[in-house]
Amino acid sequence: MADRYAGLIHRIRDSDIFHSFIHSPTALISSCLLVVILLTSFLCEFVAPHDPFTPASLSLMDAFTPPFWAEDGSMVFLFGTDGQGRDLLSAILYGTRISLIVGFSAILFSVIFGVSLGLTAGYFGGRYETVIMRLADVQLTIPSILMALLVDGVVRGIISRELHDEVAIYVLIFAIGISEWPQFARVARGATLVEKNKDYISAARIIGLPNRLIMFKHILPNILRPILVIGTIGLALAILAESTLSFLGVGVPPTTPSLGTLIRLGNDFLFSGEWWISFFPSFFLVILAFSINLLGDWMRDTLNPKIN
Amino acid sequence: MDFLEITNLNISYPTRRLLVAAVQDVSFSVRKGEILGLVGESGSGKSTIGRAILGLLDEPGKIEGGTIQLENHDLADPATEISSFRGKRIGLIFQDPQTSLNPVMTIGEQLIETIQTHLQLDANEARKRAVALLDDVGIINADARFNDYPHQFSGGMRQRVVIALALCADPDILIADEPTTALDVSIQSQILALLQKLKADRNLAVILITHDMAVISEVADRVVVLKDGRIVEMGAPAAVLGTPSQTYTKSLVSSVPPTDRRIDRFPIMGAEQNHAADHNLKILNRWQLQKNTGASLVRVEALSKSFSGEGFMRIGTNEPVHAVRNVSFEIREGESFGLVGESGSGKSTIAKMIVRLIEPTSGAIFFEQDDITTLDGPALLAFRRKIQMVFQDPYSSLNGRMKIKNIIAEPILHHNARLERADIDHYVDDLLAAVDLPASSKERYPHEFSGGQRQRISIARALATQPKLLVCDEPTSALDVSIQAQILNLLKDLQEKLGLTILFISHDLPVVRQMCDRIAVLKDGAVCEIAAAEQLFASPEHSYSQHLLNSMPKFQP
Repeated sequence: MADRYAGLIHRIRDSDIFHSFIHSPTALISSCLLVVILLTSFLCEFVAPHDPFTPASLSLMDAFTPPFWAEDGSMVFLFGTDGQGRDLLSAILYGTRISLIVGFSAILFSVIFGVSLGLTAGYFGGRYETVIMRLADVQLTIPSILMALLVDGVVRGIISRELHDEVAIYVLIFAIGISEWPQFARVARGATLVEKNKDYISAARIIGLPNRLIMFKHILPNILRPILVIGTIGLALAILAESTLSFLGVGVPPTTPSLGTLIRLGNDFLFSGEWWISFFPSFFLVILAFSINLLGDWMRDTLNPKIN
Repeated sequence: MDFLEITNLNISYPTRRLLVAAVQDVSFSVRKGEILGLVGESGSGKSTIGRAILGLLDEPGKIEGGTIQLENHDLADPATEISSFRGKRIGLIFQDPQTSLNPVMTIGEQLIETIQTHLQLDANEARKRAVALLDDVGIINADARFNDYPHQFSGGMRQRVVIALALCADPDILIADEPTTALDVSIQSQILALLQKLKADRNLAVILITHDMAVISEVADRVVVLKDGRIVEMGAPAAVLGTPSQTYTKSLVSSVPPTDRRIDRFPIMGAEQNHAADHNLKILNRWQLQKNTGASLVRVEALSKSFSGEGFMRIGTNEPVHAVRNVSFEIREGESFGLVGESGSGKSTIAKMIVRLIEPTSGAIFFEQDDITTLDGPALLAFRRKIQMVFQDPYSSLNGRMKIKNIIAEPILHHNARLERADIDHYVDDLLAAVDLPASSKERYPHEFSGGQRQRISIARALATQPKLLVCDEPTSALDVSIQAQILNLLKDLQEKLGLTILFISHDLPVVRQMCDRIAVLKDGAVCEIAAAEQLFASPEHSYSQHLLNSMPKFQP
């Protein structure tokens, strides 16, 4: 067992991708940032200096404390507090976790949905392909945020308000996921068209393998690279979409705020001088999206020189 | 002093892992009015030398030492402006005429542009010169075709245009890098004749880079044999290829399929003598050997296939392309049946219909009495088991994400679901042994193997279901000649031991002659002639077969 892992580690260390990774400052910096963000937000119960969501621990006396370097700032609240005396840094860490969960789940949903449709469309061709790809074209003419708003609105219309707060996060994942699938379907279809004409697919068909096995065992592993690349860039877009929706007030409920919700809450105080309440969540969002995008760019250059 | 003299040329490609010495201590010279052949297998550095003369080395290659003396200029010296020689003194002809012309410019525009870049001529004079050049390279009615686009020319005509482009500024030396490799044999012989004529008419020095020994022996005045970046031997073709003094040249020459007779096996020099016939073939234990009766195994009747451009939501229908027209033949048990033809003759389409990758438009294919075009369900699976295929391109015929053992085990598992894991492992080992690959190969991935080794893996995979018929679609055309000889030997051995019937598809007549018992000659999707191999090569009946045999380059050192 140990030998197997040693062999694997050696293969990774010897690979061109690893070499390119450790020689690319962009990739190194962005992945370091991401690791820090991921660790702090997923371990926020242990890392965060305060528990921002237990009303008992909040004190209105602490409300509107500015960041620590300002005149009235305190080292207890590094980035200051909001109107209810919540520690902003802690709220941001908890909020980042929500944003990441929603973003990851949404993009996972899009990838699975889009790749299944694109792969089957490319493989089977004909009328099925035409219908799927025209549907994707139609959806691409609708801005994805509008699509997500539409889905969210329809769901709100169907279910009751109390129930909605409970399922809000799933609705959001579905709304964002469904708005992003066409690009995955397109890339998967294009890559499938290239792969399915290669001889190893002919060989699999001559062996008599069923289509399901050919698609998922032979074609899928060979088209994963471009999908991984656009999936990474799509992750940043999904996180931004989540924040936009939450900022507009149709995202996650304020009881479990995401970065977007925090920005919206802080937005009300921008003109009264409490700039930090929306600035720090925004700044975090920028760093998060930026480092994911940089990593995605590096992946695109390294893994797939053809897609630009 | 000769016109172009290369002395002690060293070229290397530094990569992350190691320094690849592509060319080492190469010295030769070319005179005006001679064709110098640079011949070698892949990786021998022949193209690198050609590119270095033009200063067109790919990154990160660089000239480490030596000189390339053209009259009194050293082209290897970084201080020399090579771009002032390129096109003007040195012309270049690439391999693929499909990509070396700009598809959105007429050939006239491309010629005039090149002429005006190098010579001070006004538009009228340039046009006159361009037409004269097209005339010289054998474009009929050059004046009328002046404003045609590249796609309106056939492959051979396009290569003539490329040659005209190379001649625009009256160069003294022409570098032709595999100029006929992408062309059919009948066109190849025309282009080679043209090169010889131009050499004589214009007193050109020509460097002909090729892997094809027959081409070299036909047209070169002198030949340089390269291996791993070093010169092995050089001299007149008759001497070097006829009575080679070096082991490498000897083995290279003996690997070339002879055109005038059939040999039993290709003699292979050096260590790799252990072939499948020597050790006992363990996969035989799993084979249900039956006496080959010579009865018909495959019978193709009035087979036709046309491709049409119809589609859902597409306006209008295109004229259908008839790829295969009314083809009939039969393949007898235990024989090697050859399908020969130039590109577009429909030979691969027929193979795809026989293995049921595509459906025929009309006609029937009988395999052991069953019409396979109507099979489905378990009957289709049973048929698939008996017929397997080896493909042309060893780089795309294996799934790069699977280990070799899984690639070979896949057909076994699919057709024998009840086999034990340990038994499958043994079977995979036996199959690898049958194709002369070490058992350690099974834990590795396809990219760790060379083209020839991958082709062996392909053969092992094809044998895994114990087929009766093996369809080989140009199995060696992507391989070097010495590797080709090994693969062909392997196929012959396996056929003999396992009683396989082989359908062998190729454009390469000498190879077909060595491999096949009976041959069908195809042209534009129709059969011209079906004859026993010896009879076809001795006295072809159909005029097209005669034409093909005449234009086939003959390797006669």
